[in-house]
Amino acid sequence: MSGALALRPEWEVPSRAPASDRAAYRDTLLELARADRRIWCVDSDTGGLEKQFETELPDQYVDLGIAEANLMSVSAALASTGLLPFVNTMAAFASSRALEQVKVDIAYHRLPVRIVGTHSGFSAAHLGPTHHAQQDLAAMRALPGMTVLTPADAGEAARMVRATAYLPGPVYIRLGRSETDPVYAEDDVEFTIGRAIELRAGADVTIVAAGSYPVLFALEAAERLANTGVDAAVLNMHTVKPLDVNALVRAAETTRGIVTVEDHSALGGLGGAVAEAVATHHPTRVLRVGTTDGFCARPGTHREQLHTGGVSADHVVAAASSLLQPSLTDRPQIPTVHRG
Amino acid sequence: MTVQTAEPLAAADVDVDELERRAFAVREHVLAIGAGPIGTHVGGSLSVTDILVALYFDVLRVRPDEPEWVGRDHFVLSKGHASAALYATLAERGFLPINELATYGRSTGRLMAHPTLAVPGVEFATGSLGHGLSLGVGLALAARRAGRPNRVYVVLGDGELQEGSVWEAAMSAAHLGLDNVTAVVDRNRLQINGSTEDRMGLEPLTEKWRSFGWDASVVDGHDLARLVPALRDAPGSGRPSVVLADTVKGRGVRHLENRKQGHFAKLSPTAYERALAALRAAA
Repeated sequence: MSGALALRPEWEVPSRAPASDRAAYRDTLLELARADRRIWCVDSDTGGLEKQFETELPDQYVDLGIAEANLMSVSAALASTGLLPFVNTMAAFASSRALEQVKVDIAYHRLPVRIVGTHSGFSAAHLGPTHHAQQDLAAMRALPGMTVLTPADAGEAARMVRATAYLPGPVYIRLGRSETDPVYAEDDVEFTIGRAIELRAGADVTIVAAGSYPVLFALEAAERLANTGVDAAVLNMHTVKPLDVNALVRAAETTRGIVTVEDHSALGGLGGAVAEAVATHHPTRVLRVGTTDGFCARPGTHREQLHTGGVSADHVVAAASSLLQPSLTDRPQIPTVHRG
Repeated sequence: MTVQTAEPLAAADVDVDELERRAFAVREHVLAIGAGPIGTHVGGSLSVTDILVALYFDVLRVRPDEPEWVGRDHFVLSKGHASAALYATLAERGFLPINELATYGRSTGRLMAHPTLAVPGVEFATGSLGHGLSLGVGLALAARRAGRPNRVYVVLGDGELQEGSVWEAAMSAAHLGLDNVTAVVDRNRLQINGSTEDRMGLEPLTEKWRSFGWDASVVDGHDLARLVPALRDAPGSGRPSVVLADTVKGRGVRHLENRKQGHFAKLSPTAYERALAALRAAA
C-alpha cells in the first residue's frame, strides 16, 4: 500500500445517511412483485431475501440453494414461460461460475431474466479475491443483448430496478454489499436506462464514473481539481451497456479528454467500453482509473482495497491532471501501486 | 453394470409397427444428414432415435401446427449434438418440411449442428452439455406453480451426466417435488474417448438417481413396446422420474454400432451408401 489513505473525502456528500443498495433493491422488488404475479425472486441462499418473500409471496419465491449454474438455467426456463425472474447471487458467481448458463440459456435465448449480482467489485473486501468481482462488467457486457447496470447509490438502485422490470431481454444489475454514502440528495431524479446523468458540468476534462465509490471519488476529485483551477465535468454512467455514446461524444467535443472511474478491472469494463466508443466515434484521450491486473494480497476495507488496486479520488485527480498536461506524449502520472 | 430392475411391461395399445416405420425413416434422414456438407453426430443420433420417436409419436402432447401451444408438453434435447435425429423426428412429425432436412449445415438454411430456436418445435437451443435438466426443472416449476398440466421430458446423454450441473438440477427437482419432469438417459455407454465406465465411470447409475430422490427405471431403449409405456407412466409419482434407456451407439447400422469412431462422421458417398445398405438390411 502506498502512502496514507485519505479515508474521509474532502468533498462531503449531501446530508443523507448512508444506505444500502441491496436493501433498496429488495424493497423495490417486493413492491413490484406485489403488483405483478409474474415477477419472481429466485434465490440461491443469499440471505436476506427469504424472510419477506417466503412469508408474503411464497408462490413468487424459490430458493435453489448453493448451485448457481442450476440457478441461471432454471431462471431462463421460468422466463421462457412468461415469468419475470429476478435472480440473486453474488456478482462473482453470476459472472464467472455461472457465466456459461448466463450466456447460453439467458442471453442466447434473449430471455427477460434480471441477474442481480451483489458484493460487486471490491465491496466484499474482507472476503478476499474468491468473492471479489473485478471482471463482471467485462464478462457481462460482452454477451449479446445484455443490458448492464451499476447504480451509484441506494436511490438509484431502486429507480433502476423499476426501470428494468419490463425491459425486453436480459439485464445484469451490479450491486454492492454495505451501506454507502448517497450521491443524490433527493429521490426525484430522472432515470433512463442508457442515458448518462451529468452530475457536474465542466469545460476541461470529463470524469465518467459508474458505481458507488467511483462516482463519489469522481465528485471529490472534481472538487479538488476545481481548487487547482481545473474545471471537471462528472458523468454518472450507470448504464455500461448500452453505453450513452452521445454523452461521450459531447464530452470528447467539449472537454480535452476523459477519465473513467470504476470498481472493476481497468481491462474491459467501463473504461474499456468508453475507450472503444470514443475511438470509433470521436477520438480523444481516455485514461482509465480501474483496478490493476492482479488479485488482492492482504485484508482491507472496501476503500482500502480500491486504493491499493489503483482506484481513489487521488488516482482520479492524478489522471485528470496528467491528461491536461500539454504534451500528448506524456505518460499518465498515476500513483504507483505496489502489491504483495 | 446397470442394476437390473423389473422391465416395464409392454402395453397392448402401442402401435409398434408405425413407430418402427418412423424410427427407420428418422435413421435414414440421419445418415443423409451425415453425408451432407458438415457431417453430424451419427452415433448418438442413431442411439436416441427410438426415444425421440416414442416421445413425439406417442407420449408428448404437442401440436406441430402450433408449436407454442400453451397446453403442450415441453421437450428439451439436452444432448443437443443429436440434432440430426431431433430435426428428422420433428420433420416426420410435421413441425418442418421433410425436404428441409437437406439444408442441414448449409448457410441458406436454419438447421445448425446444434438445435436453435429458429427451428419449429425447438424450445431451447442446446449443445453445451449439462444445461437441459435445469431448463426442465424451470419449466416444470412454472407449470406446477401455475397449476398447469404440462409435463416436461428432458433427454440427456450418458456421458453428459459427468457434468456437475446435471446433479444440481437433479437435487433441485427432487427437493421441489417436481413429478412433472422426466429425464430420459440415452445410455449408449460411449463417449468420445471410449467407454463411459473406462473414462469417468457412471455406475451404479440407478442408485445415483435414487439417492438424489428420483424414481428410476431401466428399459431397453430400442424396444418400443416397453419404452413407450415406461415414458408414458413416468410422470405423476410424487417424485421426478428418470428412465435409463439402454441403447446402442450407432444403432441400426451394424458396422457403426458400439464404435466410438461413429460419434461424429462426415460420410463419403461410398460410406453413406454402405451405411444405408446396412440400415436397410437390418430392418
